[in-house]
Amino acid sequence: MEQRGLGRLRLPGLLAALGMVVVQAALGMQRERTPPLSYWRDLNLWPLPLSVKTTPRLLYLSPGNFFFGHSPTSKAGPSCAVLQEAFRRYYDYIFGFYKWPLGSDKVESAMELQKLEVSVIKSPQCDSFPNITSDESYNLLVKGPVATLTANRVWGVLRGLETFSQLIYQDSYGTFIANESSIVDSPRFPHRGVLIDTSRHFLPVKTILKTLDAMAFNKFNVLHWHIVDDQSFPYQSVTFPELSNKGSYSLSHVYTPNDVRTVIEYARLRGIRVLPEFDSPGHTASWGKGQKDILTPCYYAREPSGTFGPINPILNSTYSFLSKLLKEISTVFPDEFIHLGGDEVNFGCWESNLAVQHFMRNKGFGKKIEKLESFYMQRVLDMISTMNKRPIVWQEVYDDEVKLTQGTVVQVWKMGNLRMKLSKITADGFPVIISAPWYLDVISYGEDWKQYYSVEPLHFAGTPEQKQLVIGGEACLWGEYVDATNLTPRLWPRASAVGERLWSHQEVTDLGDAYRRLTRHRCRMVTRGIAAQPLFTGYCDHEGRM
Amino acid sequence: MAGSTLRFSLLLAAAFAGRATALWPWPQYIQTSELRYTIFPHSFQFQYHLSSAAQVGCSVLDEAFQRYRDLLFGSVAFRFPHPIDTLTINDEQCLLLSETVWGALRGLETFSQLIWRSPEGTFYVNKTDIEDFPRFPHRGLLLDTSRHYLPLASILDTLDAMAYNKFNVFHWHLVDDSSFPYESFTFPDLTKKGSYNPVTHIYTAQDVKEVIEYARLRGIRVLAEFDTPGHTLSWGPGVPGLLTPCYSGSHPSGTFGPVNPILNNTYEFMSTFFLEISTVFPDFYLHLGGDEVDFTCWKSNPDIQAFMKKKGFGDDFKKLESFYIQTLLDIVSAYGKGYVVWQEVFDNKVKVRPDTIIQVWREEIPVKYVKEMALVTRAGFRALLSAPWYLNHITYGPDWKEIYLVEPLAFEGSPEQKALVIGGEACMWGEYVDSTNLVPRLWPRAGAVAERLWSNKMVSNLDFAFKRLSHFRCELLRRGVQAQPLSVGYCDTEFEQT
Repeated sequence: MEQRGLGRLRLPGLLAALGMVVVQAALGMQRERTPPLSYWRDLNLWPLPLSVKTTPRLLYLSPGNFFFGHSPTSKAGPSCAVLQEAFRRYYDYIFGFYKWPLGSDKVESAMELQKLEVSVIKSPQCDSFPNITSDESYNLLVKGPVATLTANRVWGVLRGLETFSQLIYQDSYGTFIANESSIVDSPRFPHRGVLIDTSRHFLPVKTILKTLDAMAFNKFNVLHWHIVDDQSFPYQSVTFPELSNKGSYSLSHVYTPNDVRTVIEYARLRGIRVLPEFDSPGHTASWGKGQKDILTPCYYAREPSGTFGPINPILNSTYSFLSKLLKEISTVFPDEFIHLGGDEVNFGCWESNLAVQHFMRNKGFGKKIEKLESFYMQRVLDMISTMNKRPIVWQEVYDDEVKLTQGTVVQVWKMGNLRMKLSKITADGFPVIISAPWYLDVISYGEDWKQYYSVEPLHFAGTPEQKQLVIGGEACLWGEYVDATNLTPRLWPRASAVGERLWSHQEVTDLGDAYRRLTRHRCRMVTRGIAAQPLFTGYCDHEGRM
Repeated sequence: MAGSTLRFSLLLAAAFAGRATALWPWPQYIQTSELRYTIFPHSFQFQYHLSSAAQVGCSVLDEAFQRYRDLLFGSVAFRFPHPIDTLTINDEQCLLLSETVWGALRGLETFSQLIWRSPEGTFYVNKTDIEDFPRFPHRGLLLDTSRHYLPLASILDTLDAMAYNKFNVFHWHLVDDSSFPYESFTFPDLTKKGSYNPVTHIYTAQDVKEVIEYARLRGIRVLAEFDTPGHTLSWGPGVPGLLTPCYSGSHPSGTFGPVNPILNNTYEFMSTFFLEISTVFPDFYLHLGGDEVDFTCWKSNPDIQAFMKKKGFGDDFKKLESFYIQTLLDIVSAYGKGYVVWQEVFDNKVKVRPDTIIQVWREEIPVKYVKEMALVTRAGFRALLSAPWYLNHITYGPDWKEIYLVEPLAFEGSPEQKALVIGGEACMWGEYVDSTNLVPRLWPRAGAVAERLWSNKMVSNLDFAFKRLSHFRCELLRRGVQAQPLSVGYCDTEFEQT
């Protein structure tokens, strides 16, 4: 029996830092730190679990004689939709895409794996939405004839089912096999996100759902939906329908309330949160088409130039509009967090505008235009805190010294002085999401996944408490050059590298082993219908015809 | 077909008004007007002109008529609100005149790009007069089916997209170090032992035939490449003794290098193998490779050292390479084939027949590719340009512009030298490419190469190109080609995940 892994549960301290209720894992986690040993050669797990013990003893599965079931002691039962749906899905992932072998049904019963019994220990949260504190840990014991999967909540079961499905393979006779094994697992970071941008290019709902499928295969748990931007406003607002009527690329390039609900529910069933971003005051050109006076008129030589800049921060109408819009958004999106953007504000237009200049003088802001940004952001931040939502902002909001309420999450996206920036933000006590090294839209020739994989998020100067403030990271696929035609191969398996970095233990860094596992994981994704591109020369047994 | 004039006409119904034309690649001569004609799908038909040398029964055109009809009108043809009462309106016709069926194919493509739809769904075509011909006769696209196997359907889809871009050569880099998917009937062990999977990852004789015929119907030649003496690791398992055993000190190291050039068996094998290849692939040309031969293995082998001494080659392994290539060229030319080789064959001063085509692929070494083009043509050889068009090399942003702005004749040389440049090829090497990402990586970037090789040299305005290429990319999407975006924006019909 080989063992690798450790157990260092960083979640509790982290959640305390976030000012939240600490959910103590009820599972027996090992607390001592064990250095990684050599891996079991045949394991294709991605991301690598915290602790894997496996034996050479083989268990056989027969598609006609295997099922998922609830343990009699489980708090969840057949009425739990999250699990019932997952059982069906994973049965298909395990057996559905292969040709079933003939005549292999007769195996020694002692060697056969007939059932995976699922047990949820605490109140299962079947009908809830996952959140930042959701417990995703699980224990998986694979032995014949009944394997057991134990977790505190359904979210851990989902992660465990993915791992279970990755343990099963086919031998050269087509028989389904799993090694007897025991896995203890929990994520390193609670926020493991993928950002998609549906403004630069519209992404059909089907593409988003496919992405959610692939995210679940990689144990990602946050879809950061950068839904609107300068180029288009595809979000159909019930309160302000003109926003998308006028601001979308076309009337077929919109997300209706039903589309949004579909995405959120599809994500929920996979244990994925949907984090909406409504970026302002910059990146809002498309808002102007459907909402009069929302944007700042830019001036040239003391006359309006006919062009528009960021949101106009000096009008009361702006804030009453935003308040209503955000009210709607906070209802439509169940997640506790809303991403408010705040990046790349074009100050030039504000500075050119006579009324803005006047306002600045009145407020005593002097020439410091960042104070105006701060003024705006603070009002928006205040708004959403009255809606019981918590804000995430891009790093400029912090950089420009906007006064942030405690608990505001800062997303770091600039590579310049990254480590210093992380030290500083966490020293100021703000939780951080890292995405700077993971801009997957920036492509280059060759094996760039290695560079994403080799990033160590906590590699900056700081106390343990500061490190705890890093709640995770996001792989960002901005949409300037990406739409439904190339999204999937560009995202996968490159984002998988980020997926493992955010889930697995810090010491899981061996590139050779990662290459071996990721190559197989990529083929597994292809088999499951995800057009993940190759890492290098080679082949999959089942090539995609995408 | 040459010499006789082929005439056929396209019968259209008439109407009015206009809109900017969106052709890719841009034709040599075009005059367009505001006058527009309505096209009624149910009554529209392609017909052979009475005086046409080609008539019903010409498979290339019969099939093309069917294809373009589907492309243009798809399933809407029979849902059109007006019934057949306008059928007889044929006072307005579109006439497409060409010397050969191949010209007719290009013209049909152009015609299909002229047709547009109003928001209400009506089809229109503006009154237009076009005279067109390609700037270069060899407009190729290379696919590599060795580093990754490409399913047959991926290849056929690529041929469709090539036709939309007026490419006319499919350079099929069939085999390489990584795998040998071409199923040889003379040497079945090559695939059995050299493919990734001898059942699922191979091209059978039937597959190859299908590719050749599919290409022919679209006016595309299939240029097969069997690269030797380097890039041949996958040949080894199926043909014992073919590859050079490398030595470590005085013992074989267990690894193998390029084809072993000192054995008679090697040439007997090549002779038999290329006889098969010459028969299977109808094109006059074969691509014989000859690139990146690694001399270290040859150097390490004592038998080869002895051979070198005997032949008086000294330490010059280029002479050994030359010896091999010359013998191979003699074999292939005896089968009545012409050949294309990579530039190293020229760089290493292999003596080749004057009608050899040299493909220039190296950007900087040994000289800048522009200089290399001058050298190759000064030596009197015909040249193919690929160096600036390695589309497998990706970078962030609108890299199609760089690809587009390449001028193949921008080298110092006489008009006679320039005339020796027969064209170029966009290359999609397969190290990081398989069927999951081939299409969006290829299109519309390869389109930039296509226009450079087809259109007049003067057609090089980036804004004009951007407008047309963006539009063309949406047209590709509409036709089912998963072409990626050039920049922000949208298409009326977006790609839908299946």
